[in-house]
Amino acid sequence: MNDTPVLEVVDLVKHFPLGGLGMRGVVHAVDGVSFSIAPGELLGLVGESGSGKSTVANCVIRLLEPTSGSIRLQGRDITHLSRRELRPLRRNMHMVFQDPYSSLDPRMTCGQIVAEPLVVQRLLSGRAVDERVAELFDRVGLRAEIRHRYPHELSGGQRQRIGLARALAVSPQLLVADEPVSALDVSVQASILNLLRELQEDLGFSCLFITHDLATVEYLCDRVAVMYLGQIVELAPTAELFAAPKHPYTQALLSAAVVPDPVEQRARVRIVLEGDVPSPIEPPSGCRFRTRCPFEPRSAPESHGREPPLVEVAPGHHVACHLVRFGGEGPRPAEAAQAAT
Amino acid sequence: MSGVGSTEPPRSEGAGFAGAGAEAVLHVEDLSVRFETDDGPVHAVDRLSFSLEEGEVLGVVGESGCGKSVTFMSLLRLLPETAVVTGRAAFRGVDLIAASTAKLRRVRGREIAFVFQEPMTSLNPAFTVGNQIGEVLRRHLGMSRRAACGRAIELLDLVRIPVAARRVDEYPHQLSGGMRQRVMIAMALACDPKVLIADEPTTALDVTIQAGILDLMRDIRERLGTSIVLITHNLGVVADIADRVIVMYAGRKAEEAPVHELYARPQHPYTIGLLGAVPRPGAARRLQEIPGRVPSLAEPPTACAFAPRCPRADDVTRSTVPELREIEPRHLVACFHPGPSP
Repeated sequence: MNDTPVLEVVDLVKHFPLGGLGMRGVVHAVDGVSFSIAPGELLGLVGESGSGKSTVANCVIRLLEPTSGSIRLQGRDITHLSRRELRPLRRNMHMVFQDPYSSLDPRMTCGQIVAEPLVVQRLLSGRAVDERVAELFDRVGLRAEIRHRYPHELSGGQRQRIGLARALAVSPQLLVADEPVSALDVSVQASILNLLRELQEDLGFSCLFITHDLATVEYLCDRVAVMYLGQIVELAPTAELFAAPKHPYTQALLSAAVVPDPVEQRARVRIVLEGDVPSPIEPPSGCRFRTRCPFEPRSAPESHGREPPLVEVAPGHHVACHLVRFGGEGPRPAEAAQAAT
Repeated sequence: MSGVGSTEPPRSEGAGFAGAGAEAVLHVEDLSVRFETDDGPVHAVDRLSFSLEEGEVLGVVGESGCGKSVTFMSLLRLLPETAVVTGRAAFRGVDLIAASTAKLRRVRGREIAFVFQEPMTSLNPAFTVGNQIGEVLRRHLGMSRRAACGRAIELLDLVRIPVAARRVDEYPHQLSGGMRQRVMIAMALACDPKVLIADEPTTALDVTIQAGILDLMRDIRERLGTSIVLITHNLGVVADIADRVIVMYAGRKAEEAPVHELYARPQHPYTIGLLGAVPRPGAARRLQEIPGRVPSLAEPPTACAFAPRCPRADDVTRSTVPELREIEPRHLVACFHPGPSP
């Protein structure tokens, strides 16, 4: 094994021009996102709707072309490769989508769906394809006869297993999973998460796991990046981020998550964020979180004028906040009320 | 100033709203709902009985297809005509199931109000928010246009929408998801209902927005004394706000208990499975799975519906339908082998 990151994203920017008559401006979907994923590592990318996490995933897998910045897959720059140039590299990365109802071709049998990447990549042919498909079905816990069924005959959980089998067919180095369990029922979610973890441990692929659900990230990922309005505000090892979040947004996000235990849940101190997420068409100047930040009075005027860079404040722990200095703690949530008055 | 947060103190334990002796506002008995489809009947709800007490928050939990939404839609006759509803539902001297349409219309939206999951599709995009809230007031309470507009602003204020006087003239697309759900709640509260039924009110929302909506519902219950039914699949949301919980499986009640009792001492293997399936801090490395899938509801049940997926299943469970038993005061479970997981 070498130390080259499987995925390296540097200063990724994706702007969408606004369409429509008389419309001007751009949607700043992703604005300067950098991270890397080591071999065998699971990185969770967390954020609320509109934070740009899915756009990052779509750029990484090159379903979108970035506006600027660079994406390196195993050291090779793929930022601006054409579709044809990308094709041989597709065996190194694969995606699992959120909705197992719309992401599988309804006219193909499940066996054909799983075999397709193998055939397209010309990795195997004839009987070898069938054998590999049978092996994959077994791996993801599906009975062999399901190969001859069509997606509409399967439950949501079974479909997501098909999605996983298809993604893993070519043994990719990198799996990009965009909310793979959010459309499923709780008991089915558990089995898919268990499966994903088992497969990762056995096969050792790296994974970019995109979700809005913090509990899932905590269960599955090695490191977590938290996004807000197109930027990463905090990036840290999972245990550290959950134990001692430093960015005020991460603190609020963690405090708002509900725990399935009434005693614990009702004792939690919640940081309530006022207002709405600003429009990504005209993001706030300086720190993007300042319009909702409980500590805004303390960080002003610096937070109005200057964008806080994402800096390493402790080994492996990166935060983009004017109030967090190197080696320092984040602002304490209990101070939020005082800061507000 | 706007744009600043506040920290809430920890909330007091088990606010004493739903004491054991509290009055039932709504009492449902033997409710069954059957859909006649081209592929034969579907028994969506099977002989369900429960009551909703004055000022309580009742959580109704279950996975897709368990009948939790159908139950409450059937009470207000919101289901298509293929639905056959039987049973009794006593609400302030009226049997909702037997009542005439005219009578039901006086209850629906006025005394029992519904909040749906998807605020965007439940609001009419062509009318302003004030217009839509005003319509409820004019129709049910016979208010004048002018009075309705004033009351609409008050209601938006009540659900903590900032600058209500301006928001009242905006269209749904101008509002964020959280704001739209607040408008839906304002509309539901327009006639000061006794009962608010909220069907997955926070499922489409982000967690930070969800927290605000849950706070709002708590506030409504405390200020107006409204009884709230919260239908959800999210065990965390129930843990946050409910006083009592009903767990449904395949159209039947699997378990019912006060919230602390249910989470501390779950008895039904399905409840135990659901609680073990949610990832949580410091949990075991492997999540608990519930093997198999939800049964088809084509036949009326002849056995425990959960038996094919249950680690405790035996010959009795596979041949007899378990009836609900009270194993502790107010703690009911429909299982032949209840008890904590081994």
